[in-house]
Amino acid sequence: MSLQQPTERLHLKGITKEYPGCLANDDIELVVQPGETHALLGENGAGKSTLMKIIYGVIKPDSGSIRWQGESVQMQGPAHARQLGIGMVFQHFSLFETLTVAENIALSLPPEDSQDMEALSNRIREISTHYGMALEPDRYVHTLSVGAQQRVEIVRCLLQDIKLLILDEPTSVLTPQEVSELFRTLKTLAAEGCSILFISHKLDEVTELCNAATVLRNGRVTGRCNPQDVTSEDIARMMVGDDTPLSQNYQKAEGGDTAMSISNLTFHPEDPFGVHLNSLNLDIKAGEILGIAGVAGNGQDELCALMSGEEHSESGSITLLGNDITQLDPDSRRRQGFAFVPEERLGRGAVPNMSLVDNALLSASHCDMKQKGWINYGKVRDFALKVIDKYNVKCADEYAQAKSLSGGNLQKFIIGREIEQNPKLLVCSHPTWGVDIGAAILIRHALINLRDQGAAIVVVSEDIDELYQICDRIGAICDGKLSPFKPTNDVSIETLGQWMAGQFDQSARSGTEVSHA
Amino acid sequence: MLKLEKRQSDSRVMGYLSPLIALIATLICGAMLFAFLGHDPLEALYTFFLAPLQDTYGWTELGVKVGPLLLCAMGLTLCYRAKIWNIGAEGQFLMGALGGSWMALQFLGAESRWVLVPILLAGTISGMLWGGLAAWLKTRFNANEILTTIMLNYIALNALLWAVHGPLKDPAGFNFPESAMFADAAILPLFSEDYRLNVSILFALFFMVVIWTLMARSWIGYQIQVMGEDAKAAQYAGFNGKALTWFALLTCGALAGFAGVAEVTGPIGQLVPQLSPGYGYAAIIVVFLGRMQPVGILLASMLLALTFMGGEMIQIEMSLPKSLTGLFQGMLLFFLLAADLLISYRIVIKKSAVAQA
Repeated sequence: MSLQQPTERLHLKGITKEYPGCLANDDIELVVQPGETHALLGENGAGKSTLMKIIYGVIKPDSGSIRWQGESVQMQGPAHARQLGIGMVFQHFSLFETLTVAENIALSLPPEDSQDMEALSNRIREISTHYGMALEPDRYVHTLSVGAQQRVEIVRCLLQDIKLLILDEPTSVLTPQEVSELFRTLKTLAAEGCSILFISHKLDEVTELCNAATVLRNGRVTGRCNPQDVTSEDIARMMVGDDTPLSQNYQKAEGGDTAMSISNLTFHPEDPFGVHLNSLNLDIKAGEILGIAGVAGNGQDELCALMSGEEHSESGSITLLGNDITQLDPDSRRRQGFAFVPEERLGRGAVPNMSLVDNALLSASHCDMKQKGWINYGKVRDFALKVIDKYNVKCADEYAQAKSLSGGNLQKFIIGREIEQNPKLLVCSHPTWGVDIGAAILIRHALINLRDQGAAIVVVSEDIDELYQICDRIGAICDGKLSPFKPTNDVSIETLGQWMAGQFDQSARSGTEVSHA
Repeated sequence: MLKLEKRQSDSRVMGYLSPLIALIATLICGAMLFAFLGHDPLEALYTFFLAPLQDTYGWTELGVKVGPLLLCAMGLTLCYRAKIWNIGAEGQFLMGALGGSWMALQFLGAESRWVLVPILLAGTISGMLWGGLAAWLKTRFNANEILTTIMLNYIALNALLWAVHGPLKDPAGFNFPESAMFADAAILPLFSEDYRLNVSILFALFFMVVIWTLMARSWIGYQIQVMGEDAKAAQYAGFNGKALTWFALLTCGALAGFAGVAEVTGPIGQLVPQLSPGYGYAAIIVVFLGRMQPVGILLASMLLALTFMGGEMIQIEMSLPKSLTGLFQGMLLFFLLAADLLISYRIVIKKSAVAQA
């Protein structure tokens, strides 16, 4: 084959990768030019991550060719890719928390480069200042914020002679302020001729940063464009196809009586990496959806566990509909009208190897499904069938193993299971994380319906767009502290970003503001 | 090129086929072993697996061995469903025998059948306490139950040896390490004077049904299974993991302890040092071979009982060592674990198609 464009940095052709029951990549062509910031767009499960791993040599494609700087290559593995000048920052960092920044970076370098730690530290300082990502080489990684940990990963790539940097959803763990810092760095890099492959499903970021885009859907390329020339709507259309409504605006509601009241709640987890909660105050009202924004790992898990009764606080109290439930176990709380959709749907919200019927029993057992310690499986099955039918859960039958369902369908089942218990208070952690748009819309509808029936709902999420879409009051959690909570329409995205970064008046009585606008 | 590929959903067919594959592989390897030792493999396999069951006596002897295996296996099923890896059925069995024997020796002159009640209870409770010890270590100190139960097995064995050499030794027994023979009233009733099979097999079958009903229909059985499958889901649902651990280990200890006391008040009739040929360990194989299902466990316990009888038979008939029993049991478990891979994975034949430029 003749080289028509010898300057292309990367050219993938006909890349196909099949997993059992799923064609992850189907005949994909992707061209990245030098100095280009190229967005790879698509919903979860569209095949973006598979494609990135193929480029980085983590997995081998079933067929197709890779051209690197005009020459055909066969990736032997990540080490080979790094040798060629390809760096990748994964969504989940691969850092040792008990080592320092410099030690972590030294681990990934060839042995001859990591002999002189002094020189390495100097280079880290030099590079990080050059790209505007302040890093202290002697700090221990566990003392760094998530954003700073990501900077370590990026600097690690930049220490080599890098020609292509791959970032897998880099902004999903960052506050808005950290995002703009990251973008400044990436723009400097691109100006120096480094190509960037930017994986995301957030269109505004793509429009801000990228000058080329490839859109994937169900493993196939469904569109190419320059995000500077087209509107976000056009790109969204390419991502989801023609038949799905893109977004909906829901009527905001104002809550009524207090459903759950948290006062002076203090919690010191046994887990050394857990987040300490200090005298939290929060009122949740019947008939409202309250959104808690925040970057993962700022105390959301601990707060949810305290609300659900899986953990118990040392001081402070929680009341549900006026009853003190501070010391009650999860089952007793459920009997009083509490329901909870945890973040991990497989392996916590549902038992992977058990059938949907058995999984219905997991949290709904108090709904008249057992007598004197014996289970009434007829009733359990009816309940499971009702959930499957009403929430449009696609599965082989009600005896299908939970792990055989797609993420979206399992989430619909879990949400349905919790809602059908007619809760007075529902806590949802990341209700639509990683589910397809169709399922996300159904789930949001269900939550709004439940709200309109008078239930109180707490949504904990990192997806700010979603929070603005469905929440009636919004606030943030940062480092175990709660920001004020105000009606969503009164909170600008800048304010929320500051709250997520912990910039709120500590003296204000957090979260107890009354929402009379 | 052969390649292992993860199945989308576990294969139910392979789940049931896997023990059969393991059995066939064991038979083939056994045949090869016999051939290597210079014996006609078919004749040896016949002697090992079929000759013991030629007459009614053979079948009743099978029942004698199925009883303790079944009791231990049902207790272990409860634990393993909760992913509590209790290896201690052997120790719980021995403690049951020891506790029951002590009680039986208090009633040497008894004439009423009712003495069996305190004797059986003493054995059951002894086994239960031994299981409770492991539960306490696990829930209080988070000690790994595999290690603690194995160690408790050795402690139980040494306690038994100490007792038969010391306090429970028959004063009129010419210094043999054995207890006195129990009173006739303290011996479990036989079905017939001609055979050794006693009513403990009925208890074993009864407890099999009880445990199974518990697992299939009861709330506590469901909780145990959820805890075993997915500890985080159990926590999410608010199940009390410590209480469930206590329940599983106490129940298993009680069943194994009952099996132990039924052995000394059954076929043996006194406390002896070698009272278990390794029932508690063989029961582990029974559980896995029987797919943790009642019918499977019943069949598997019959198969494992047969390996004990086959070992004796082959020693008598062909002068081969009795330790072949352990070898066959080991092979069964080994091949079973290998074949179980095919439940979640399948073998596909694939031409290597790596990206070509």
